[in-house]
Amino acid sequence: MMVKFLPLNQAVAENLNDGDAVAFEGFTHLIPTAAAHEAIRQGFRDLTLIRMTPDLIYDQMIGMGMAKKIVFSYVGNPGVGLLRRARDAIENGFPRSIEVEEHSHAGMANAYEAGAAGLPCAVFRGYRGAGLAMVNPNIKTVSCPFTGEVLAAVPSIRPDVTFIHAQKADKKGNVLVEGIIGIQKEAVLAAKRAVVTVEEVVDNFDDLHPNLTVLPRWTIAAISVVPGGSHPSYAHGYYARDNAAYLEWDEIAADRERFQVWMQANVLEKSADDFAARVEHLRKAA
Amino acid sequence: MSEFGFTPNEMMTIAASRALGNDDVCFVGIGAPSAACNVARLTHAPDITLIYESGTIGTAPDVLPLSIGDGELCETAVTTVAVPEMFRYWLQGGRISIGFLGAAQLDKFGNINTTVIGDYFHPKTRLPGGGGAPEIATSSKEVYITMAQSKRGMVEKIDFFTSFGHGEGGDHRQRLGIDTAGPTLLITDLAIWRPDPATKEFTVVSLHPGVTRQQVQESCGWVVKFAEALDETPAPSELELKTLRDLQARTKAAHEGAGKGKAA
Repeated sequence: MMVKFLPLNQAVAENLNDGDAVAFEGFTHLIPTAAAHEAIRQGFRDLTLIRMTPDLIYDQMIGMGMAKKIVFSYVGNPGVGLLRRARDAIENGFPRSIEVEEHSHAGMANAYEAGAAGLPCAVFRGYRGAGLAMVNPNIKTVSCPFTGEVLAAVPSIRPDVTFIHAQKADKKGNVLVEGIIGIQKEAVLAAKRAVVTVEEVVDNFDDLHPNLTVLPRWTIAAISVVPGGSHPSYAHGYYARDNAAYLEWDEIAADRERFQVWMQANVLEKSADDFAARVEHLRKAA
Repeated sequence: MSEFGFTPNEMMTIAASRALGNDDVCFVGIGAPSAACNVARLTHAPDITLIYESGTIGTAPDVLPLSIGDGELCETAVTTVAVPEMFRYWLQGGRISIGFLGAAQLDKFGNINTTVIGDYFHPKTRLPGGGGAPEIATSSKEVYITMAQSKRGMVEKIDFFTSFGHGEGGDHRQRLGIDTAGPTLLITDLAIWRPDPATKEFTVVSLHPGVTRQQVQESCGWVVKFAEALDETPAPSELELKTLRDLQARTKAAHEGAGKGKAA
């Protein structure tokens, strides 16, 4: 497999299918919003949406009726409160009922890592006394064959496709991720194929520190250059998190009609090219 | 503002900050714990290690983060690690001295619910869920909890065990093979509570200035136990209050005015 540089609409169309298990990962930082919006415009259905912190983009995809299942560990708007479209789906089955598979962060992080490591499951010390172990049949236990300690086991996460946003690619298609690197590397390596949006492409990575998080080009199916593509999340070194937008989302998502109007104006009638302008006021002063 | 020159919430945050020491390695929950931890860092515990679950270790933000992954946490951290490493090496590996959690629902044994109100499969209110808390509660050497008191929040029976405290009390943790201390301190806007050594039920050990036993009981959903020798929490000092208020003013300005000044 060789990485291809593609326009985002083409990268999404070539790599995402109805019914896929898909991860749009980003742990607060580097959330692939532009890729998610492109998936919304292309109207995929029956997706299994995997993500530790579903956040605004899954609230939007769930609200648009694209998800049949969500796998997550924190279904909130970080620092703000609840995700109101996700709540509407879970509590009221609107716009459709969705299946829920809930884990802890430790469970999801271990499961991604196991996926990247090619293992069938992850084993760790977790869920002790936790109610999730009672309601999620995918949380089981194994005994350590050496000490007898009872440990938690969860199936590894192996998405059909993972989307991430990253700072930059070089011309060959190697990708650099820095700052809060979250689960980006594991989510890419756990997936059958990966699509990366980047802020920019540079000639080469020759002057980088040797221990940075670089995803070699042959681990990625497609790269799309989308400056600002993480907004209202942020890209360390490029622009700051739009905290005001996260606060505003709480009001937009609270109302079904207002949500639809917002989605129409800000997603369906827009394109990946619109992201750059959204982060202009958030860019670091030179 | 009360006649005392500080609010109950300010007293809560400051009392919580005093419980933290310079040598602590603290896994910080967002909200009230985050404010308390940073007040501690800015007053009596300048070298405290604050860790947020986004992987930022030894962070020193100038404003309180809105999320656990705000950029400033990374920019000011000693190091930033991947999320699997955060949970495997640092939390599960036993490096955290204090896990500091907030709660939507809390019972008298320090069990926390942030998952659902009502039945899990047919929830009345779907809350965000546990995030890192289930393992913070069991892998940190001890757990501090802070929350404002209310009958809705402090209940006889929680709807879901998001994070295990002392379970049914007594030696329930040991019976599950959990070898960490669990909740050892609860700080509310009215009082400081510690678990009874035997039953593990949270017991009021100190009332904040001007607070009565009756006020504590009226805003708590279980029958409150009070220690025989009840202390009065020392009022916030001028330095503590100024530090907290300055921090909150910087935070408010930064979050409302995204992109202006230092926020970028």
